[in-house]
Amino acid sequence: MSADSFRPDSNAVDSRPVVRVWDVALRYGKTVALDTVNVEVRAGTLVGLIGPDGVGKSSLLSLIAGARAVQAGKVEVLDGDMSDARHRRAVAPRIAYMPQGLGKNLYPTLSVFENIDFFGRLFGHGRSERERRIGDLLQSTGLAPFAHRPAGNLSGGMKQKLGLCCALIHDPDVLILDEPTTGVDPLSRREFWKLIGQIRSGRPGMSILVATAYMEEAEEFDQLVVMDTGRVLDIGSPGELLRRTGAASMESAFIALLPEEKRRSHRIVEIPPRDESEDGQVAIKAENLTKRFGNFVAVDHVNFEIRRGEIFGFLGSNGCGKTTTMKMLTGLLPASEGEAWLFGQPVDPRDLETRRRVGYMSQSFSLYSELTGRQNLELHARLFRLPADEIPVRVQGMIERFDLATVADVLPNNLPLGQRQRLSLAVALIHQPELLILDEPTSGVDPVARDGFWQTLVELARRDGVTIFISTHLMNEAERCDRISLMHAGRVLVSDAPAALIEERGAESLNDAFIRYLEDALQQEKASGAEATATGVSTGPSASQAHHEPQGPRLSRFDFRRMFSFARREALELRRDPIRGTLALLGSVILMFVMGYGISLDVEDLTFAVLDRDQTTTSRDYVLNLAGSRYFIEHEPISDYADLDRRMRSDELSLALEIPPGFARDLARGRQVQIGVWVNGAMPQRAETVRSYAQGMHAHWLSQQGSKTPWRTAGGRLANIETRFRYNPDIKSLVAMVPAVIPLLLMLIPAMLTALSVVREKELGSIINFYVTPATRLEFLIGKQLPYIALAMLNFLLLVLLAVTVFGVPLTGSFLTLATGTLLYVSAATAVGLLISTFMRSQIAAIFGTAVLTILPATEYSGIIDPVSSLEGTGRIIGELYPTTHYVTISRGVFSKALDFSDLAMSFIPLLLAAPILLALTAALLRKQEH
Amino acid sequence: MRAANIFHLGIKELRSLWRDPIMLVLIVYAFTLSIYTRATAIPETLNKAPIAIVDEDRSPLSARIASAFYPPYFLPPELITQAAMDARMDAGLDTFALVIPPEFQSDLLAERRPAIQLNVDATRMSQAFVGSGYIQTIVTDEVRTFAQRYRDAAVLPVDLALRVRFNPTLNKSWFAAVMQVINNITMLSIVLTGAALIREREHGTVEHLLVMPVTPFEIMTSKVWAIALVVLVASSISLTAVVQGMLAVPLQGSLALFLAGTALHLFATTSMGIFLGTLVRSMPQFGLLLMLILLPLQMLSGATTPRESMPEIVQQVMLAAPNTHFVMLAQAILYRSAGLDVVWPQFVALALIGTVQFGLALSRFRRTIGESA
Repeated sequence: MSADSFRPDSNAVDSRPVVRVWDVALRYGKTVALDTVNVEVRAGTLVGLIGPDGVGKSSLLSLIAGARAVQAGKVEVLDGDMSDARHRRAVAPRIAYMPQGLGKNLYPTLSVFENIDFFGRLFGHGRSERERRIGDLLQSTGLAPFAHRPAGNLSGGMKQKLGLCCALIHDPDVLILDEPTTGVDPLSRREFWKLIGQIRSGRPGMSILVATAYMEEAEEFDQLVVMDTGRVLDIGSPGELLRRTGAASMESAFIALLPEEKRRSHRIVEIPPRDESEDGQVAIKAENLTKRFGNFVAVDHVNFEIRRGEIFGFLGSNGCGKTTTMKMLTGLLPASEGEAWLFGQPVDPRDLETRRRVGYMSQSFSLYSELTGRQNLELHARLFRLPADEIPVRVQGMIERFDLATVADVLPNNLPLGQRQRLSLAVALIHQPELLILDEPTSGVDPVARDGFWQTLVELARRDGVTIFISTHLMNEAERCDRISLMHAGRVLVSDAPAALIEERGAESLNDAFIRYLEDALQQEKASGAEATATGVSTGPSASQAHHEPQGPRLSRFDFRRMFSFARREALELRRDPIRGTLALLGSVILMFVMGYGISLDVEDLTFAVLDRDQTTTSRDYVLNLAGSRYFIEHEPISDYADLDRRMRSDELSLALEIPPGFARDLARGRQVQIGVWVNGAMPQRAETVRSYAQGMHAHWLSQQGSKTPWRTAGGRLANIETRFRYNPDIKSLVAMVPAVIPLLLMLIPAMLTALSVVREKELGSIINFYVTPATRLEFLIGKQLPYIALAMLNFLLLVLLAVTVFGVPLTGSFLTLATGTLLYVSAATAVGLLISTFMRSQIAAIFGTAVLTILPATEYSGIIDPVSSLEGTGRIIGELYPTTHYVTISRGVFSKALDFSDLAMSFIPLLLAAPILLALTAALLRKQEH
Repeated sequence: MRAANIFHLGIKELRSLWRDPIMLVLIVYAFTLSIYTRATAIPETLNKAPIAIVDEDRSPLSARIASAFYPPYFLPPELITQAAMDARMDAGLDTFALVIPPEFQSDLLAERRPAIQLNVDATRMSQAFVGSGYIQTIVTDEVRTFAQRYRDAAVLPVDLALRVRFNPTLNKSWFAAVMQVINNITMLSIVLTGAALIREREHGTVEHLLVMPVTPFEIMTSKVWAIALVVLVASSISLTAVVQGMLAVPLQGSLALFLAGTALHLFATTSMGIFLGTLVRSMPQFGLLLMLILLPLQMLSGATTPRESMPEIVQQVMLAAPNTHFVMLAQAILYRSAGLDVVWPQFVALALIGTVQFGLALSRFRRTIGESA
């Protein structure tokens, strides 16, 4: 277990250690991921980390790669401490890291070539150099024919090869591969290792660290580090480990190495032979079952028959059509062609009766994470309409049978995977189905729990006669089935008992037999001229890597080539993402319409009616004065107070007038008269406008009357107030609002897009490429920002065009001034988004966070509604600092006030400073490692 | 038996919501703090408007006028020169600039009807229109009081007896509080149903339901009733405790009638939430879509600005949105104490829109749900 026990292998070219890990520990919150781990890797060796999911393999590899920060202990790679940022930068070009998850560090919308090209640019290769290297890599991996296919459309095996190409583009000395072959078909897996072998013979000094969950694969490695729950159980060559434990296979060696309390529950799975006499009854039958998604054929004329009480397995790689076939059988997906029968009945999604006879467990152990185990069981029991009095008994029975008593009232997400899997099975069995469909029920579960699960399955099949249809990508599970179908690329290659398949091909193991069937299938495909599929056979020269002259890595502080590499990739991705692209272009236009019309303060076409008790020409003249204006529309006269009340209540009238009897007579005699006015106050803003219009019209009528009648001197004005509405003489809302809405939109949308662009990478995992490459923070940030600045400028042009044409808002000042101000402003807005992204972990948080953090200061404190000079306290400070304030001044100045650069210079200075300050702040806060 | 499924699934929905702290916080926030702050923070139309005075008269009267402007309606006026006025208005420092000409006081007393010039920055709609009215009144009053010391100034012969119905003091928080409740009812019902559906899809539990003897209709109806119930209960508590209680807004009409209308509205919006949930593949996409859907729904429904001020075409289009009818209904019942005899057209419209929405959502839900996982 100590470093000494790690003896250099005979293959090693020299025994210099390249990786040293001392007493390393790692915690995620309360969870201990690694607990005092010591490991050493020498140059030129292939070292494997083995153990089930969640034991700390990936954490250890990410520490060694420098993607994750060291918490405790010491990690030395290539003669330097990985806690030292300078050393990490210096050695980054010599380390290559391929994280777990098929194609996790790849960009799915970018083509194969574009992906490798991006990495080449990051490592500073020139154009010809890059093209030569990419050409070589594509040749030797057999990816050349697919150079222009988007990475997201590749099969699992091809994605792994592409990941390898991206890792190898810069000739690393240490290659770190985290579960590179999980979920890949056996032929691709064999080819992958062949490829690794070729690379090693081409570059004998290179050390490779691999994590794997396939124990049989590990037998080929030089050294193995056996891990469980954050600890190293043993280190040694495969031969040594087998000898020490006296086990026949790596899997049993692993179980033997486990601590006593974990091993205790383990029993070797024994499968009693099936009683053949029940044969003849068919549980599932599929005939030419086919599913197409667009042009893609996911399942291609599949035929099989499963008999009652049989354990039937589907064996194949990820994405070969296992899940789709199962979904068609359960009625979740309609078949494009062909037919399937359950218990002799054609599959019909509307047939609720057949569903009661089937139990289904989907890939992700789908349980309601917000319900406890018991509540999950009860809900399913009710939905299957078990008699209410039977439910508690049945639920209790399941809890006892699956040993869930201690965890029945815990939420599923707090359970270890193995228990969650048992709970999931219990849920699928609550209604005692005759047929159980299990989609990869054991993925990620450790070997002991897996064997326990199989014990249960065997019991169900043999004792209770339940038919079990199970899919898996593990050979040793497939071997336990009564019969299996080998699946590849949507087709069933062959179906038979596992032993019979091995015998028929004269193979040593099921794995070999599968590979031979796959090879046959590929031969046939080639013969029939069909399009080559996932497994391109590598034909390239084995030493193609050898003639690369290692190029001195560029380590300048700021490299424009790396920056443009990020910019180029971001632009390509954005162009291929319909939702973000739509938001970027259409979003602002839609919101501009909404706000332009929605925030309108114009109040026109107000309804009014009159209760005229005078009925003289004077009173009618008064009413006409109102009705003739563009603000008011007259409705039919009011008959009495009840009528007035009713019509106001129904919102028919905004204003009601009552002209008293004798109005004209009293007025002529110069006697004081009073007109009754009722304003509908349900909507205060409208009411206020109505009131001031009514007062204005009244004054206007009086002054008109004044010139005709003798009482004018009495009410004459003492002084005149001449009001000049400047910049917007017609006082139109749109003229006032549009130049203010543009700054709001040019803040909100660019900031949200940039915030998303960084957080998206965090969520999808490709941020690792930034962690482990020599790129600096500023290169990464500015590279990301550039495409969005360009997009925001395009948006700006669109909005200005819309403002001038559709909304009819004149642009009176200098367009060049406005465009310059906009460029500075959107640089700041995108930088605000980047700054926000450093705090956010999920995309949904980034969306709402950015919305709140940009809309609030922009609308409340930036002079869009109330001028900044009216604000006080914090609001005033925010207002003075926030870039929107200054851009609103520029926008209004240019649109409405006919200003140009010389008038607005004072507003440009803060904008000029904003983007650099924000970027510097972001760079200081952005982490170059996962913490 | 179907009703039992809908019931049990709905209970599951309620339990899920109960265990989702973020959504609970959102609900509580939306129906308490959000309404309270919105109602109390709403500025009066005229709030500390910046005004500058160019005083070329320098008389007791002009000093008297300048001292008549003070907070909260106006900031204390800046005394500036004619030359500075244009630059300050261009830079957006002042909304109003009042120019008092030389010899203003003496001209006034000599009954020569002198003119004061009021410059208004009309790009600032929120202050320009109402503010200039206030300034006119203030200046006229000051001038009249001043003049009255020297001679009789008669009152106008025709008086307007202005009465504002339903909200006599035009208290804006009355309006804002209820409209905020309405906006939050719409927002929450869409967000909660959409998120509930997407969560089930992301966890793969919806396909689990579909292999059981449960129909898509039952799954969807269970979400609709459960979330509508939560929002209905929360909004009625909010209306009584926060709006009537803490904010002391007098609500006029029948609360029961309003809640009946709310239930109909929720039928439409929860269905809309499901519909949107089927359009997207992940929560981030849902978030982006919400931005483009919620904002127009709220801003153009008549809850922020009057429908009359929108272009005819926008008014027509918005009649297809449930919000528009819900806002009309809420204003009629809660402010003007209208009864069913007045608001029945809105009830009919909401029921129709809800049925169409539900149908659309159900057909999309059926079509996409299998392929989504």
